[in-house]
Amino acid sequence: MILILLILIPFLTGIISFTTKGDGAKSLGLLSSMLTLAVAAYVSGANFAAPITFTKPWIPILGTQFSLMADGMSSMLCLLTGIVSLVVMIMNVNKPVERAGAFYGFLLLSQAGLMGVFLASDALLFYVFWELALIPVYFLCSQWGGEKRIPVTFKFFIYTFVGSLMMLAGLIYLSLQTPGVTSYSWNDIVRAGTSLPADQQMWLFWLIFIAFAIKMPVFPFHTWQPDTYEQSPTPVTIILSALMVKMGLFAVLRWLIPVLPAGVAYWSETVVILSVVGIVYASCIAIVQTDIKRLIAYSSIAHMGLMCAAAFTNSAVGMHGIMVQMFNHGINITGMWVIVSMIEQRYGTRDMTKLGGMASAAPAMAIALVIISLANIALPLTNGFVGEFMLFNGIFRADTAGHILIMVVAGLGIILGAVYTLNMIQRTAYGDAGSAVVVKDLSVNEYLGLAIIISLILFLGVYPKPLLDLTAGVAGMMVR
Amino acid sequence: MANLVYLVPLFPLIGFLINGIFWKRMPKTLGGVIGCVAILASFIISLGIFFEVKSASFQGPLVVKLFDFIQSGNLNIHFDFQVDALSSLFLLIITGIGFLIHVYSTSYMGHDEGMVKYFAYLNLFVFSMLLLVLGANYLIMFIGWEGVGLCSYLLIGFWFKNRDYTNAAKKAFVMNRIGDLGFLVGMLLILFNYGTLAYQDVFAKLPAAHTETSSMYNWIALCLFIGAMGKSAQIPLYTWLPDAMAGPTPVSALIHAATMVTAGIYMIARSHALYDLAPMALDLVAVIGLATALLAATIALYQNDIKKVLAYSTVSQLGFMFLALGVGAYTTGVFHVMTHAFFKALLFLGAGSVIHAMGGEQDIKNMGGLRKKLPITYITFLIGVLAIAGFPFTSGFVSKDEILLAVYEHNKVFFYLAAFAAVLTAIYMFRLLMLVFMGGFRGTHDQEHHLHESPAAITIPLIILAIFSLVGGFVQIPHLFGGHDYLNQFLGKAGVPAVIHEGPGLEMKEWTLFGATCVGLLVIFLATKKLFAVSQFDGNYSGFKKVLANKWYVDELYDTIIVKPIGALSGILDKFAEKAGIDGLVNGVGKTVRWGGDRMRLLQTGQVGFYIFIMVLGMVALFTLGFFWIK
Repeated sequence: MILILLILIPFLTGIISFTTKGDGAKSLGLLSSMLTLAVAAYVSGANFAAPITFTKPWIPILGTQFSLMADGMSSMLCLLTGIVSLVVMIMNVNKPVERAGAFYGFLLLSQAGLMGVFLASDALLFYVFWELALIPVYFLCSQWGGEKRIPVTFKFFIYTFVGSLMMLAGLIYLSLQTPGVTSYSWNDIVRAGTSLPADQQMWLFWLIFIAFAIKMPVFPFHTWQPDTYEQSPTPVTIILSALMVKMGLFAVLRWLIPVLPAGVAYWSETVVILSVVGIVYASCIAIVQTDIKRLIAYSSIAHMGLMCAAAFTNSAVGMHGIMVQMFNHGINITGMWVIVSMIEQRYGTRDMTKLGGMASAAPAMAIALVIISLANIALPLTNGFVGEFMLFNGIFRADTAGHILIMVVAGLGIILGAVYTLNMIQRTAYGDAGSAVVVKDLSVNEYLGLAIIISLILFLGVYPKPLLDLTAGVAGMMVR
Repeated sequence: MANLVYLVPLFPLIGFLINGIFWKRMPKTLGGVIGCVAILASFIISLGIFFEVKSASFQGPLVVKLFDFIQSGNLNIHFDFQVDALSSLFLLIITGIGFLIHVYSTSYMGHDEGMVKYFAYLNLFVFSMLLLVLGANYLIMFIGWEGVGLCSYLLIGFWFKNRDYTNAAKKAFVMNRIGDLGFLVGMLLILFNYGTLAYQDVFAKLPAAHTETSSMYNWIALCLFIGAMGKSAQIPLYTWLPDAMAGPTPVSALIHAATMVTAGIYMIARSHALYDLAPMALDLVAVIGLATALLAATIALYQNDIKKVLAYSTVSQLGFMFLALGVGAYTTGVFHVMTHAFFKALLFLGAGSVIHAMGGEQDIKNMGGLRKKLPITYITFLIGVLAIAGFPFTSGFVSKDEILLAVYEHNKVFFYLAAFAAVLTAIYMFRLLMLVFMGGFRGTHDQEHHLHESPAAITIPLIILAIFSLVGGFVQIPHLFGGHDYLNQFLGKAGVPAVIHEGPGLEMKEWTLFGATCVGLLVIFLATKKLFAVSQFDGNYSGFKKVLANKWYVDELYDTIIVKPIGALSGILDKFAEKAGIDGLVNGVGKTVRWGGDRMRLLQTGQVGFYIFIMVLGMVALFTLGFFWIK
């Protein structure tokens, strides 16, 4: 019963938000995300000896039920969604938004969709939430976005939607193979998928995987991402990069790897190589970016590439690493965007060639930038390191040929990552302040938001045990 | 006492947190005091630990468990510290010299507006360095390893308004990361083969020396050594260290001479059980060390920046240490770490005192004759020079003598090359001494007017370090001169093997080395005095000297073959592969669909006849298809 609250709270407050005027939406959003976070924290505190479930009949004629299921992985992602949403709300408290009611309404609806995606244990329900999360984001980008928002969001929407439809086709096909009556429940889908002959699993794999690959995104399905991140308003960029890309990875772990083991085994090498190429490719491109948002977008592609590679290496420690890193990457990239939006707000530009001197003009902001950037390049004792170490470990242990070479190539990412990240710090924080713009250092709500992020970075970097324990059980089950 | 080992890194951590959090409101003096006291407290505990480890009752390595770090399935990595002879010796070096440099900094950085921040960074550095040597497994070592790299980065770029400085900081971090990738791969190899990263467990699983050969040992040792190349500035990853001189001078003394750069030596000494099984990797260590010692020494001959001379000298001395490790003389390598920490910290701090007196001037072309105005700095610097040059019975003599002897036993060619590098060392150090302190003053009138000896906070650390540079070698005086291998015995407790010099002819070799050293140094001294104790010094070089003055153009080479190509490749990927290629393809698909839609639209003509025609056509097609399908 508690699970439904995770979806209902943001959904209902989202609907209500459309009717509010003025600043009411802000308070509503803040309240809603606090409530949701509290519930998510409560759920994550559970002992996941057996998953928490919730099932109600929904559309029996289609064979689908409204069934939710929370295990370590999904509750971890719900917790992440809760934290990130709260930080977004906190950071936005003092920022003016046009048509606030609608803006916050869409944000909350998207949050409801995300929660649903992470909790659904019925394939059709999963698909519904998958779209519910996407559609509000489309409106947010296209109405509150930057100059080039219309073509960019159009492309983003079409691209991801095409993927979603292929996935839907794949899921329907699977549901038709279920033993007995048509069913979309996770158990039945898994049963149907695993009993399919290998050659069927092989083509079905791509039908379903493409949607996830676009969402993550995996090289070469990534080109929607930098443009969309660049054009979206920051809260939306955060939702997209911290949470929605995790939908792709989560979906791989829940709806692909257990469902089509033979297909996954067959294509693993291909996906791993694509991902690893993507790491080096995206890192190289990040080096030559001058717009901070684009730089972070490409860095995120590299990071997701590492996680995706580990997902297909069939190693328990790698899987566990993904769980940890999904959370940590979500926290860190939220921090990065928060800082970027503060830079943009204060300096009026994101062009690094025009920035500099933040360390003298706004030292607290510069310190936050440095800490979050270091977490982003996985310096030990920040949260990023734990996950990355486990991911490399997983790739290293992969049962495919050349696994050591693949790990080393993926490892080039940590060198290139240092290059572009330190470039960014140098160009924004260091140097002489010079410009006549008077830069305000952090305001109270910004302090609070960044404090949440930075405490999590350091705490989970030094003592990752809670996060590891939460997700240990699920990781163990992922391996063939 | 050894159970309280966690206090050793804890104090600097607290110091860092206090100064780091309250840096804005903290008065400068208080910030300095907090920084110094934190290290002093660590030093006192380290002393206690050292004597406990030294006592006969101390049984083997002590592992102090703190908490679970990463636990996943079979992977189980704890946050543990290991106390044994090796780590307790490093504790003393780090906190002892660290404390002196902290005290020195209170004066040296006294006028800097970022002083509190400086002490926060310095404490963070000591904390990381302590983690590095205290960790009971490779992962904790790696945490410290990258941590010191971060602090090095922050302190090289301490004066962040200067673009050149921040470039140097970036270069240091990135080059270290290249090494770190090697370290990471080495760790994963260990984990893959032995299922653990804890030293004791790993080494317990290794076969007894030389009973088994496997290329795996070489691979692991090689990967770890790549990490050491980065951190300890060996060929090919050494070019960051001279640039790192952009940082404040005490930082150069602490991080880039006495402690951090010796991490690679610590790592190999710690992993000696592995390296013993990896003869190829060990040979490579020796060759790289020797080559680095020579290359850096030749460059140091023609540098005109006082700190650059010392920086290349550091690179060269680190090469000597690796050479010692490479010939299997692990304790000798560690011994040279210790003596080098004394005299190189002394030399850097002395250089700092000179730079301070000269109002920030670092170019030795504009110095000269400073011995009269800075007597304490002069005497202590002289002692440092004698020690590094290997003047008999100074600490540097004892340790370098031991290295040369070990190398002689191993390979004669290596020995002559190493001896040549030692000669070069004496030459460039005497040249530096003459140019700075002898002859006549070559700077501006203004500078001459301001020349003054530094305050006590600077001179006292100099004096203490000078004393240690003189007598620090006594722990290991050769038997020939009535000494005992105290250090060898001590490190033997941690299982670090020493090369035992015995047998006939040893006495002869010792005497030859001793005699050659005395004569050689005298000749070099007189020659450099004639050449460099002058009141006019040009300092512009041509021909081959220019090649050396320009560091063999290695930076330019790296720029041409690595940095620029990567930049160009990235640009090409961004412009062509990304925008025109992949994104172009995606957009192309979209455009094709649109174009197709536009064409299909024309089919909607509105004429019923056309529709019926199409319908009939479709039915025929279906029937035909169905007919053949069924068949």
